Amino acid sequence: MTTVDFSTTIGNAWFPAPTFTASGCASSGRELAQFFPLKDMGGVVTKSVMSKARAGRPTPRMAETPSGMLNSIGLQGPGIDAFLAKDVPYLVEQKARIIVSIAGETVEEYSTLARKLRSVSGISAIEVNISCPNVENRGLVFACDPEASRRVIDGVRRTIGGELPIIAKLSPDVTDLVSIAKGVVEAGADGLALINTVLGMVINLDSMRPHLGGKTGGLSGPAIRPIAVRAVYQVHAALPQTPILGMGGIASGKDALEMILAGASGVSIGTASFGNPTAIMSIQAELKQLLLDRGFTSLKQAVGFAHRSIEGE
Amino acid sequence: MSQINKSARQILAPILSNKRVGQYHQIIVSVGDIAAHCKPGNFVAISVGGDSSRMVLRRAFAISRVSTSSTVGGTMELIVAPHGQGSKWLCAQGEGVTLDIVAPLGTAFGIPTESVPVLLVGGGYGSAPLFGLAEILNARGCRVDMILGASTGSKIYAPMEGKRSVNSMRIYTEDGSMGTAGRVTDPIPEIIKDLNVAVIYSCGPMPMLAAITKITNEHEVVHQCAVEESMACGIGICMTCVLPVSNDDGTVSMLRSCIDGPVMDGSKVLWQQVGTQL
Repeated sequence: MTTVDFSTTIGNAWFPAPTFTASGCASSGRELAQFFPLKDMGGVVTKSVMSKARAGRPTPRMAETPSGMLNSIGLQGPGIDAFLAKDVPYLVEQKARIIVSIAGETVEEYSTLARKLRSVSGISAIEVNISCPNVENRGLVFACDPEASRRVIDGVRRTIGGELPIIAKLSPDVTDLVSIAKGVVEAGADGLALINTVLGMVINLDSMRPHLGGKTGGLSGPAIRPIAVRAVYQVHAALPQTPILGMGGIASGKDALEMILAGASGVSIGTASFGNPTAIMSIQAELKQLLLDRGFTSLKQAVGFAHRSIEGE
Repeated sequence: MSQINKSARQILAPILSNKRVGQYHQIIVSVGDIAAHCKPGNFVAISVGGDSSRMVLRRAFAISRVSTSSTVGGTMELIVAPHGQGSKWLCAQGEGVTLDIVAPLGTAFGIPTESVPVLLVGGGYGSAPLFGLAEILNARGCRVDMILGASTGSKIYAPMEGKRSVNSMRIYTEDGSMGTAGRVTDPIPEIIKDLNVAVIYSCGPMPMLAAITKITNEHEVVHQCAVEESMACGIGICMTCVLPVSNDDGTVSMLRSCIDGPVMDGSKVLWQQVGTQL
């Protein structure tokens, strides 16, 4: 066997490859387009967009940490109207598959955003980011509250109807991730994005104060990969039918395969693209070869393979 | 086509030489055709630490000059001070080591269409790209004067051959260990008047750039400055290196210093609001 069916599905959305940008790690898409054609990967998950333009948090916004980094962007963005006018048409023109990520401060804001997306053509799915750690009030991290998570997804589902797949992006900074995952799936999520960054802090030894302008930031990169693999594994065990977009420190084809074996139907690459603009292309090529080497004829055969008992092989 | 990063390419580039020059290293890298697309002000993003490194982010370095005429093809010169983990690693790499680079990135200094008098101001580590710029301005027929400043003499970068393309070079150190004791910004108002300076080009720490802007705003001199803000990606996707910049319509945008900079119009940067919540 020399080929492998690399395609994947999330809800009713089909993607030719299981590789995606991670939200907030590809800006508008134009920046990466110089390095590879955007249509060559599974899809672009756009930076989480809010109703209005937003300046984001003060600088410094990043700190490199061992095998990772903290970021504190605070959802800087153009707002949904400018995003739909400029960024979506560009991605459509590039023939990229598009997953639009939305973020709101209230349940209503998410619904409003969903309403604006309802009639936009060229979008494959919506990611509902209920877990951005860089908001002023930690109480606003919906994904830390099972009831709030459910209400957001329910509102989005009611607004957009049944067609467009909804992917809920969850935080690992919770006591019981599985119950939150179950809640959002019951409320109408077709898929889950696991994991958002892990809340962290670095203190500057010169100023002897928190280094980041926003004080806390989201930890990403290989440092958090085992946390992400664990989260994907636990949630896939509880919800084996729910497609998961796995992310958190994936930097190689091996890392991507690990996430897929844990139960992810696709992978998002974020911090690795910061260090290497062509990371997604090399991860994609390596993953394909690793699947072939292990005798898989399709990506789908490998999804959740780590859950199989040895006898069951 | 994409206009962002439009000349940038990722290549494996061998180090041709790495020489220690005082507190700095002069590193020459073979970059082939990329050299032809590099302009003063542009920067390069380099992977550091090797494959098993715990440093996941590239390091951005100003391209101090390029050469397209050498026998080995296009080359790029970097002036690197080994003061962080990544720059220490880079300075420790010898001839023949291959670097993973992305270049050229960012905006370049604008060159005047007429031969007007210009002043180049460099602070500490930042002065390296000014010498390549001086050559180009000189070739344009501009009168080029340069002032360099640092906390102490050992942090001044001023290669002998760099003096050839400038009319005059003055050095200021805060501790008086080299040149005149004082700040590099001290003589600027007088130089502007004496030489009828039309454009100031600057590279260096942010407080220096802010101080120069204050002067240029009072004298109606154009200020093109290369900003320094910590960045994760260098290609515009991480949104960490932003600065508040005023738009023509009076609104303020947080612009990325990697793609809307590093060279920016100093008069548009809201220096007082850097690092504050908008």
